[in-house]
Amino acid sequence: MAGHATDKIVVRNLNAWYGDFQALKNINLSIKKNTITAILGPSGCGKSTFIRCLNRLHELRSDAKIEGEILLDGKSVFNMDPVEVRRKIGMVFQRPNPFPTMSIYDNVAIGLKLNGVRDKKALDRVVEDSLKKAALWDEVKDKLNMPGTSLSGGQQQRLCIARAIATNPEVILFDEPTSALDPISAVKIEDLLVDLKGNYTVVIVTHNIQQAGRVSDYVAFFWMGELVEFGKTAEVFENPKEELTEAYLTGRIG
Amino acid sequence: MAARRLKDNALTIYSILSLVVIAIPLLHIIATTLINGAQSLTPEFFTSLPKPPGEEGGGVANAIQGTAILVALTMLISVPAALLTAIYLSEFPESRLRDLIRLLNDTFMGTPSIVAGVFAYTLLVTKFGFSALAGAFALSVLAVPMMVKTMEEALKLVPTDIREAGLSLGIRHWRVVTSIVLRTAMPAIASGVLLTVARISGETAPLLFTAFGNPNFATGILEPVSALPLMIYVYAISPYPDWHRKAWGASLVLMIAVLTINLITKYKLRRR
Ligand SMILES: Nc1ncnc2c1ncn2[C@@H]1O[C@H](COP(=O)(O)OP(=O)(O)OP(=O)(O)O)[C@@H](O)[C@H]1O
Ligand SMILES: [Mg+2]
Repeated sequence: MAGHATDKIVVRNLNAWYGDFQALKNINLSIKKNTITAILGPSGCGKSTFIRCLNRLHELRSDAKIEGEILLDGKSVFNMDPVEVRRKIGMVFQRPNPFPTMSIYDNVAIGLKLNGVRDKKALDRVVEDSLKKAALWDEVKDKLNMPGTSLSGGQQQRLCIARAIATNPEVILFDEPTSALDPISAVKIEDLLVDLKGNYTVVIVTHNIQQAGRVSDYVAFFWMGELVEFGKTAEVFENPKEELTEAYLTGRIG
Repeated sequence: MAARRLKDNALTIYSILSLVVIAIPLLHIIATTLINGAQSLTPEFFTSLPKPPGEEGGGVANAIQGTAILVALTMLISVPAALLTAIYLSEFPESRLRDLIRLLNDTFMGTPSIVAGVFAYTLLVTKFGFSALAGAFALSVLAVPMMVKTMEEALKLVPTDIREAGLSLGIRHWRVVTSIVLRTAMPAIASGVLLTVARISGETAPLLFTAFGNPNFATGILEPVSALPLMIYVYAISPYPDWHRKAWGASLVLMIAVLTINLITKYKLRRR
C-alpha cells in the first residue's frame, strides 16, 4: 500500500522509547496534505513524543530509541538527512522561545541566513512575508530591530510561527502552541492556524478538546502511548467508536 | 517567648560580629594599599623604567607592559582552547572522552600555581630560555581549567528549547552551536573570561622562573618580561624604602585593575 495521493505523512508501526520506557506503541496513521490534524490526549500519553518523531528531534535524546516507518511524500524520513527533514517539517514549541539575543528581524531571518542566504532584499521580503502570514507584521513593522524577547507572550509565539514559516516548510508541527498564552492571544493563534492550512500541512498537539474541535479536520486520540482512535474531527466528536474516546471527550477521564 | 527573642537577638549580634570580623581585615588591606600606594602614583610611575637599585625615582612601565603582554598572550592561548573544550563537553553529550576530560580539567584546576610554573619551566624554559611566551603558557595552565568550567556552565544555562528551535529550522548542529547557542551564552562566557583575567593578572609564582622579569621594555614575546606581581615581589623584599613605596603603588594599580574588571563583569554583563 503506497498511501493515498494526498497523504503528506504516513506513519507505520511507530514505536518510541526513553531508555526502557516505551512512550509510543505501534502507531499507524496518515496525515493528509493541507489539513489540520489535532493530536489529543491526556498529559503524558505521548503526544509530544509523537510529533518529535516526525521531525527527528526525538532521536537527539541520548537514551531515545525509535522503530518503525515515517514517510514524507512517500519517502522514509530515516533515509533522509535530518537537516533536510527539518527544513520540510517546521516546529513551534509549547513555550514561546525566540532566540534571546536576536532582534525581531533576525529571529525570522536566521534560518535563511544560516543556510547561506545573503541577499538583503530577499531576506527583507521573506521577513515581511512571514510576519504577515503570522499576523504580526502590523504590530512590529516599526520595531524590527528590537529584541524578540521584548514582545508579549502571544506576540513571541507568533514570532516563532513567523520564524518557522520563513524557512518555507511544507509541514508545521505545533506542540500546544497556546497553552502558555492568554485566551485572546490563543484565539489569534487558532485563527492563524486555519489560515495556514491553505499553504501548509498542520499538526497540532493540544490538551484542549474545544480547540481541537474548532481548528482541526482530523483528530488522533492518544492514550498511554497508544493511538486509540483516528478520523475526521466531526465524526470522532459526534460518534466516537471507542469507549475511551467517548469518556475523554465527555470529560469522564483525562 | 522571651527565650525565643533572646535567641533571635543573639543570632543577629553573631551575624553582625562575623561580618565585622570578615570586613575589617578586607577594608584594612584596601585602606593600607591606598594610603601607602597613592603617593607613588605619579605620571613618571606609569611611563618610566625603573632606576638602578638604591637610586630614587623611576617607574614601573616595564612591569605594566609585561603584565599587559602576559595577560593578552594567555588569553590568546587559553580562550580558544577553553571554548572548544567547553563546547565539546556541553554540546556533544554523546562523546566518550567527556568524563576523562572532566577529570583532567578538575585535576588541573586543583594544581598549585607554582606547579604550573615548574611545568612550563621544564617544558619550555629549559629549551628556549625565559620568555613572555613561557610565562603565558604557565598562566594558561591555570586559566584554561577555570574557563572551561565557567564556559561549560554558561553553555549549560542555555535552555534546550533554544537548541531545538535552531535544529527544527533545519540548521546544522555545529551552526546552531556557533551562531545561536554561543551567542545566547556570550554575556556569561565574557564574564567568565574577565574574571579569569582578574584572577591570573595577580599570579606571581608561575612567572618566577618563566617570564623571569626584565628591567627594560620587552621587544618580543620570546624575551623575558617583567610583570606587576613579579615586580611587587622583588621590590617588597628589597632593602630600599623607595622600592617599598613602589611596591605599594604597583599593588594599588593591580588592585584597581582587578576591581574594575570585577565591577564591569558585575554590572555590564550580568544584566541580560
Ligand atoms: N526525556 C524523557 N525521559 C524519560 N521519559 C520521558 C521523557 N520525556 C517524556 N517521557 C515520558 O514519556 C511519556 C510521554 O511523554 P510526552 O512528553 O510525549 O507526553 P505528552 O502527551 O506530550 O504530555 P503533555 O501533555 O504533558 O505534554 C510520558 O510518560 C513521559 O513521562
Ligand atoms: Mg507534551
